Amino acid sequence: MDGWPMSISLNGSVGRGEFERSFNFTVADGEVLAITGPNGSGKSTVIHTIAGLIQLRSGSLESDGAMWDASDSKVWVAPENRTCAVVFQDLRLFPHMNVISNVAYGLRARGVNKDEAIERSKKMLTRVGLSSFDKRLPNDLSGGERQRVALARALVLEPRLLLLDEPLSAVDSASRAALRELLPEVLGSFAGATILVTHDLGDVEAMATANISLN
Amino acid sequence: MVLPPVVGGIALLTAFGRQGIVGQYLYDWFNVSLPFTRTAVVMAQVFVAMPFLVLAVEAAFRQSDRGLEDAARTMGASPSRVFFTIAIPAARPAIIAGLALAWARSLGEFGASITFAGSFPGRTQTLPMAVYELVSVDYRLSLVLSLVLIFISVAVLAAMRDRWMAGR
Repeated sequence: MDGWPMSISLNGSVGRGEFERSFNFTVADGEVLAITGPNGSGKSTVIHTIAGLIQLRSGSLESDGAMWDASDSKVWVAPENRTCAVVFQDLRLFPHMNVISNVAYGLRARGVNKDEAIERSKKMLTRVGLSSFDKRLPNDLSGGERQRVALARALVLEPRLLLLDEPLSAVDSASRAALRELLPEVLGSFAGATILVTHDLGDVEAMATANISLN
Repeated sequence: MVLPPVVGGIALLTAFGRQGIVGQYLYDWFNVSLPFTRTAVVMAQVFVAMPFLVLAVEAAFRQSDRGLEDAARTMGASPSRVFFTIAIPAARPAIIAGLALAWARSLGEFGASITFAGSFPGRTQTLPMAVYELVSVDYRLSLVLSLVLIFISVAVLAAMRDRWMAGR
């Protein structure tokens, strides 16, 4: 993790041809690359394809020279083995787990022992401003608080690549303003590269260091 | 679920009876004879009640949120970990409801059990069998046992009402 640019080359199609595009982009560590475009332009599909939740129908996906998905050679790296973390547009917090368990889930899944996972999760929750929310359930939180949990849950994994899918679309305008201040601050101390997908140019201005448009 | 329980009992007898398709080998090789034992009661009741559990749980898994499972995968969880930590907890209410329903169904089970396990007091006789046999011998006692069964049925219905009212 010493600052070389992460290059993603996505070249192919998924589904029944609803997404057919070729991408080649490089994001350096510490950089936030925004992918913008109107609704339905395939922004989320890019995120889901990189994360391994959608398999390419044709073409290939390469990250840092490692093949993650190649339709012709049957290469397929499962989502759990990719070095990225996702903040989903609909957050997808686990409703039956409290905040700390949600955040610690990925660390536990990756073999970190329980005490360390809890401790790292607590630190991350403090960084996103939720230090006293450990035992709360996602359903008891406001939209903005849930968004912070989702962010903490991704960042605590210290991913090589952070994928943000419309990170501010699910919150009211007051929380959005607060998050637009918090996000650049948190991302500033994040060591990896970030890809931000959004239709909101305000998000781009607040966070992005580079921008490509899907149009 | 549509199979008459007596037919289920005949099927179990045909499969696991001492001369049955599987039963003959159980007896020849392991000296195990299943019919008319307590194990036979359990087998008959499971046979009859299992569909209630399977239907409830299957419906829950069918409606499970793929989004949550996908999210867990991206966080590094293997498919089996996702199953145990995300899918099972999400289906927990359905699993509990299915278990309660299956248990209630097996409590009232008569046909399959009496065919495969017989009605030996103290060994394989269940409450419904006792009620049936006591009717002609000790009507008052059979009435008391019936009341016990009615009470349990109502209790199960009451405990499950939220689920059934909300579910359909």
